[in-house]
Amino acid sequence: MAKDGLTEFRLVGTRPDRPDGLDKVTGRARYGADISAPGMLWAAVVRSPHAHARIVKIDTSKAEALDGVKAVITRADFPEGLTGEAWNLQENTMAGDRALYDGHAVAAVAATSAFVAQDAARLIEVEYEVLPHVIDVDDAIKPDAPVIREGAADATVPEGMPPNVVRYMEFGHGDVEAGFGAADLVMEKTYKTEATHQGYIEPHACMGQMGEDGRGEMWVCTQGHWFIRKMCTDVLGLDPAQLRVTPSEIGGGFGGKTTIFMEPLSLALSKKAGGRPVKVVMTRSEVLRATGPTASASMDVKIGMTKDGQITAGRAEFRMQGGAFPGAPVDFALMCGFAAYKMPAVEHIGYDVLANRPRAAAYRAPGSPMGAFAVESLVDEMCRELGLDPLEVRLKNAVHEGDKASYGPKFGSIGLEEVLQATKAHPNLLAELGPNQGRGMASGYWFNHSGDTSVSLAISEDGTAQVSVGTPDIGGSRASIALMTAETLGIDYEDVRVNVVETGALGVNEPTHGSRATFASGKAAVMAAEQAIGEMCRRAAAKWGIDPEAVEWVDGAAQPAGPNAGKFPPMTIAEIAAKMSSTGGPIAGHHESVPEGVGASFGTHVVDVEVDPETGRTTILRYLVVQDAGRAIHPAYVEGQYQGGAVQGIGWALNEAYIYGEDGRLQNTVFLDYRIPVASDLPMIDTVIVEVPNPGHPYGVRGVGETGITPPLPAIANAIHDAVGVRLRSLPMSPPAVLAALKAKE
Amino acid sequence: MSKTHVTTKVNGDTVEFLADPRASLLDCLRDNLGLTGTKEGCGTGDCGACSVTLDGTLVCSCLVLGVEAEGREIGTIEGMAEDKELHPLQRKFIEHAALQCGFCTPGFLVAAKALLDQNQNPTEEEVRYWLAGNLCRCTGYDKIIRAVMDAAAELRGEAA
Amino acid sequence: MSGAVSVHLWSSLTRFTDGARVVAVEAGTVGQVLEALSGAYPGLEPILEAGVSVVIDDELVTDHHSAVPEGAEVYLMQRIKGG
Ligand code: FES
Ligand code: FES
Repeated sequence: MAKDGLTEFRLVGTRPDRPDGLDKVTGRARYGADISAPGMLWAAVVRSPHAHARIVKIDTSKAEALDGVKAVITRADFPEGLTGEAWNLQENTMAGDRALYDGHAVAAVAATSAFVAQDAARLIEVEYEVLPHVIDVDDAIKPDAPVIREGAADATVPEGMPPNVVRYMEFGHGDVEAGFGAADLVMEKTYKTEATHQGYIEPHACMGQMGEDGRGEMWVCTQGHWFIRKMCTDVLGLDPAQLRVTPSEIGGGFGGKTTIFMEPLSLALSKKAGGRPVKVVMTRSEVLRATGPTASASMDVKIGMTKDGQITAGRAEFRMQGGAFPGAPVDFALMCGFAAYKMPAVEHIGYDVLANRPRAAAYRAPGSPMGAFAVESLVDEMCRELGLDPLEVRLKNAVHEGDKASYGPKFGSIGLEEVLQATKAHPNLLAELGPNQGRGMASGYWFNHSGDTSVSLAISEDGTAQVSVGTPDIGGSRASIALMTAETLGIDYEDVRVNVVETGALGVNEPTHGSRATFASGKAAVMAAEQAIGEMCRRAAAKWGIDPEAVEWVDGAAQPAGPNAGKFPPMTIAEIAAKMSSTGGPIAGHHESVPEGVGASFGTHVVDVEVDPETGRTTILRYLVVQDAGRAIHPAYVEGQYQGGAVQGIGWALNEAYIYGEDGRLQNTVFLDYRIPVASDLPMIDTVIVEVPNPGHPYGVRGVGETGITPPLPAIANAIHDAVGVRLRSLPMSPPAVLAALKAKE
Repeated sequence: MSKTHVTTKVNGDTVEFLADPRASLLDCLRDNLGLTGTKEGCGTGDCGACSVTLDGTLVCSCLVLGVEAEGREIGTIEGMAEDKELHPLQRKFIEHAALQCGFCTPGFLVAAKALLDQNQNPTEEEVRYWLAGNLCRCTGYDKIIRAVMDAAAELRGEAA
Repeated sequence: MSGAVSVHLWSSLTRFTDGARVVAVEAGTVGQVLEALSGAYPGLEPILEAGVSVVIDDELVTDHHSAVPEGAEVYLMQRIKGG
């Protein structure tokens, strides 16, 4: 049922106002911290000031004695005996024997006001025995590094590996050595990226209520409330069906709100406080110290290339730390690194390493930006060495449908060639560059993801429709899902209302992550609409006394399919809906599946920079994003994803980094010091939406949310080299780093 | 700690509340008055999500104490639409898709209105520098800047 | 229905398959492929249990009841999700 690239749609591809726009420009939309309830208490969390320390003793008696304090909890209030990921989640929610990073929660209180809770938190006395710590990934992987956790390695780690290696992987194909032998130029370099934070402007917030009977409710800002439900109940030993989780509007997530941090604390505190609701709102410094961030990476890449730019082989060995728990996205970094290239031979080796840092959470195309930084920088270095045009080299080696991907299987429908051609044709490539100005380009890739999806749709008495989805709307997905539903039903966009509903209202849904909301919830909404259409056709057939097979749905009405079916005037959706009570009852549709047919998305960015040789500051002069959307359902929000992703990548490239002191404590815990890009740092971000429809989606959607963060890291490094002739192989390329490189060159 | 009685005007209405002397104006607006449209992104004056006007001057309400509101006039996002009519900035933000998650939006709107109240013909650069204290992590600012420029044009009476 | 299917593993898993990177199993569905692998190579079991992505020819398949055509190329990959 895929539509071809030439199909014209009535609504798909238009740019109507988003349905939640009015609430969001008037301050009415309710986010995580915007709700209160009768009898509500406020929480505060006590956090470790040490990177690694044994918790000798916690004395809560003074806090408990304070007027207004209703509950104090420590790890002793959590069930014991958890294993695997449930244990990881519990341990990260509240430290057990040891604090594993600066900011690790060790106790929490609930009190009648936020100030009383904060006062009480200060009265909790924790005795620590400070232990040696390790922060940098290359230190953490040393055989004699401080051991973060014995026995954390999984079955993939062979005997004899250093103690902090918890996952190990090797994959690839072809004869790599022969490939390097056939090359005219083989280069090998090491690249490093620092951890960065997702930096959503809304801090984590929730209000939880849990009675003695184990029944409870939660209001929470999250990308996925079923994940919250499962994780909270796993950590607390509760029955998921008894916890009802309602998602608030969400102030950004970028992957960082796909897991739990302090949510179980609200439930545990509530239970201890006799079932009074407990609100937990993180401060910005708690967000930076104890949530997110992404992993840091140290990466060796080797590539062989012929004189005319043919890649003959590649090898990547990546080491990543994702904090004190397993899960650094080293696998995805490797899988995405060479994805844009046809690789006759390739070898990948990856180490997931523990360090005394907060547990990494997913961050937009997890791992892909790091992999791209290493591979796309080296490709650029080699093009320069050989005097080749980097765009032509990328075209020459570009993967197409049916090619074997660097990470194993064959590619389905992809649009890399189309993206590169559109890049080549863009006027930005003709802009003149002045002194100290340079141009860089790079490509990026993300698989995209499907996951558990459950959607229901109900036709109202007047023929309008409401759709219930389980994927929170972070960037306009209500609009895109309403467009596709209205298109399918043949009604107006304004006649569809899309609601993001709570866990009690649908089957399990994975979060809004993996660029899946418009793909998966959208596809399920279309299936649900088609089910309702089938029912409406049956009702029309019954009225006409003809076979339901002889009825078709055209422009929002049932009509006889062809002259043989009989001659009846079309029955509109409004007419059928008006009679629903007397023709069989409510008309609805629903769909539950893990939708197949995910379409991957490639993008290419071109950036022009100017480097100030006095200060080392890099200014972005021009920025172009070209990316395959499959089909842009609401192009304005697709552009928004491209622009937002690019700017997060620009921040990662130029400024953002977790900065640790010798003591292992995070030093930049406020936005003043953890500086994300601001409006005056940037030009307009030019976009080109390439549309190579995904045959696996009824309207061709690929999912566009993630790829855009990937190319900026190497594109900017390549542009800086073009501008001033220095190669930065370590992020961020902040003014002092660029200045030092310029000095070293002299 | 004993609380202080505060009488102030918010969006033209006289209101009273009891402020903890440590509470910010942001806390008081949100928790005492139920005006949750003003957001907290940092609490340290770095993100602009808490932007309000105090006697007509743009401020970060997280950096003002609640007790300082005594006898002053405060303008918040809830007061921006007059008589159910959206301010052109609000309309243009929706039209240009200048919000994704929308969390930064109230702060941007209040800050942008403060700019347009004093300069109806700002350059792109002036808009970018004026809004440099408002963080948005979703949009890359492109569509926000366009929406503000377009609203300014409309306020000047130029057809978009 | 079941037939011969070749399963491509990532190479560090060859520790558990006596060095084989591509192994042949008899299976008719994705679930049977995974069961056959655990049966033949018990060392793989914890890794398969922890979750892998399964690609049949060029299609990522999530339903373990999905049929695997005779002669299909099956790839096991690290489980994919996203931000
Ligand atoms: S909350 Fe006031 S500036 Fe961020
Ligand atoms: S729209 Fe999300 S922070 Fe601006």
